[in-house]
Amino acid sequence: MTMTSERPAATPAAAVTLTMAGAINLALADAMQADDRVLVFGEDVGVLGGVFRVTDGLTARFGENRCFDTPLAEAGIVGTAVGMAMNGLVPVVEMQFDAFAYPAFEQVVSHVAKMGNRTRGAMRMPIVIRIPYAGGIGGVEHHCDSSESYYVHTPGLTVVAPATPQDAYGLLREAIRCPDPVVFLEPKKLYWTKGAVDTSLATPIGKARIVREGTDATLVAYGTSVPIALEAAAVAEEEGRSLQVVDLRSLTPYDDETVDAAVRSTGRAVVIAEAPGFASVASEIAARISERCFSWLEAPVRRVTGFDVPYAPPKLEHFYLPDVDRVLDAVDTLQWDD
Amino acid sequence: MSGLLPRDVPVQLIDADGVVHDDDTYAPPSTAALLDGYRSLVVGRRINDQCNALVRQGRLAVYPSSHGQEACQVAAVGALDAGDWLFPTYRDSVAVMLRGVRPADAMVLLKGDWHNGYNPHDHNVAPLTTPLATQLLHAVGFAHAAVLKGENTVVLAMCGDGATSEGDFHEALNFAAVFRLPVVFLVQNNRFAISVPLSRQTAAESLAHKAIGYGMPGKRVDGNDLAALASVLEAAVARARSGGGPTLVEAHTYRMQAHTNADDDTRYRERSEVQEWVARDPLTRLRAHLTSTNLLDASTEAAIADEADATATELRDALNADTAPDPRALFEHVYAAHNPQLDEQYERLRGELARSREDAR
Repeated sequence: MTMTSERPAATPAAAVTLTMAGAINLALADAMQADDRVLVFGEDVGVLGGVFRVTDGLTARFGENRCFDTPLAEAGIVGTAVGMAMNGLVPVVEMQFDAFAYPAFEQVVSHVAKMGNRTRGAMRMPIVIRIPYAGGIGGVEHHCDSSESYYVHTPGLTVVAPATPQDAYGLLREAIRCPDPVVFLEPKKLYWTKGAVDTSLATPIGKARIVREGTDATLVAYGTSVPIALEAAAVAEEEGRSLQVVDLRSLTPYDDETVDAAVRSTGRAVVIAEAPGFASVASEIAARISERCFSWLEAPVRRVTGFDVPYAPPKLEHFYLPDVDRVLDAVDTLQWDD
Repeated sequence: MSGLLPRDVPVQLIDADGVVHDDDTYAPPSTAALLDGYRSLVVGRRINDQCNALVRQGRLAVYPSSHGQEACQVAAVGALDAGDWLFPTYRDSVAVMLRGVRPADAMVLLKGDWHNGYNPHDHNVAPLTTPLATQLLHAVGFAHAAVLKGENTVVLAMCGDGATSEGDFHEALNFAAVFRLPVVFLVQNNRFAISVPLSRQTAAESLAHKAIGYGMPGKRVDGNDLAALASVLEAAVARARSGGGPTLVEAHTYRMQAHTNADDDTRYRERSEVQEWVARDPLTRLRAHLTSTNLLDASTEAAIADEADATATELRDALNADTAPDPRALFEHVYAAHNPQLDEQYERLRGELARSREDAR
């Protein structure tokens, strides 16, 4: 496993072990401490600390002017964030669940994403929209959508999805510093996974990471599909096949360079994502690899995605979700005998 | 709560014949302010006429005329200080110009060179955009930020009667009231959303009555009476500035022309109705008042006409100048940060442009 430290600190902080939710909480607190223009608002983010406790303690520490509850209205939350950004603040807003962000869609697409372009850079939108996303938690309808394609398809937005506590911390700090609006997708299935977090390490936006070296095929994953890819690679190793795993971390901008180099080194690729596959991020990645790496490829690029159906109810979601077997089945089809 | 309810009859200080009526609450503006407002009305009317002509000449892609509604825009701008902010609709380009934006810059969206033609920070005017009611939430967020920063800014946000049916209208008024923000919402009820009449937008007694549901005062005002508009809006702005919170002002006016040049209003309304409203024109009634009270003489009228002509000429000359927007601008401001995919596409376009220039030689 390669650990990259893109921004070595002069005085390295000791790594602490945190859950991903804890890492996001720490990133918010550190960003609010570092810049008093940063403020956090949304539904239940104040006294309660968020339904996932991601904003726990922020109101107590920074006061109600820095972290506060709003009326229950997502377009209102994002729309007022636009106005705050127009007036020089740096709003970090929480959408309570993926599917509950849809009422804000017009504000996101028509204003958050376009204001900087519309005003020729005179009014940038340094807004972070945090969205707990994806399934695997036994959630009922409207609590498990993988909605990344809607945002990735919108020019002007930056879209990231961490898979580790370290990247959740590093990416969120970068997202809050970013002059462009960032949709920050938090894989809620991974909220309680633990990992080392070194706050002196940054995770640059737009850089994928090789999380496992391998020589036979490349698994491209992000967010919830990263641990599945790693598990599949571990099982494959027992079966004598060496799989490389790339964690994209950023969906927009997309790191062609790292993915292309990885796929060219193995000659085979499987893209893994939980969202429905048709016209999806996984489809775009597969198309890009096919276009850019064609002469290196030993087999067509395969996709392992969710079915093109509404997200499954809790008792059926294990049939819906990409899993290790489906990944390994896809790997098996990569024309090994030619 | 009854103190929040609007009056049964809209506030009117100068009637359609130019006659002044006393009001217990609102006093008309000073004669100097009225004369200045009249000047702006004439300039605004001239801008509407000029823009309609520029559409016919192919110089503007489209123009939503505010002919007949100019008093709302003049009063809105007049109620604000230089440090305050205006959030207009696409029909409020006269207000944008009165705020100080160069007329040609205010028309860039409708000319088609770019999506917006001015830096909003130069004159504290948000960009003109075409989605309905979305700007109301921006206005509320802007005001919220001002309060958090300790700045004494008032924000005036405009919308039409159709936009009051949008969810963002509801959310904006609710947020503004809950956080007690210094926002004045000015609804220009011009009775039509393209072809759909007010009766299909609301079953409420008036649009101003909606305010009580949010816990803010609602005001009804004659939207073709500049004096009443100025007085009501100035009171709402003063209330906002002193920490009293938001106000919803409904101005009763009329869109005397079609929605845009692309619309045919004979399909959905009678000419007699339009004529009734022509008789209530904001410009002619104020001229009648100022003339009958000897505040407007022939030489002043001529000077105002010259100013309106000069503005129209400047606008016409600027829009008649052929411009060729640089296609590379498509990529320049999408992101502030580096984006490798856009860099690739930009290079592809640059290559196409270079080849087309070579072919032209």
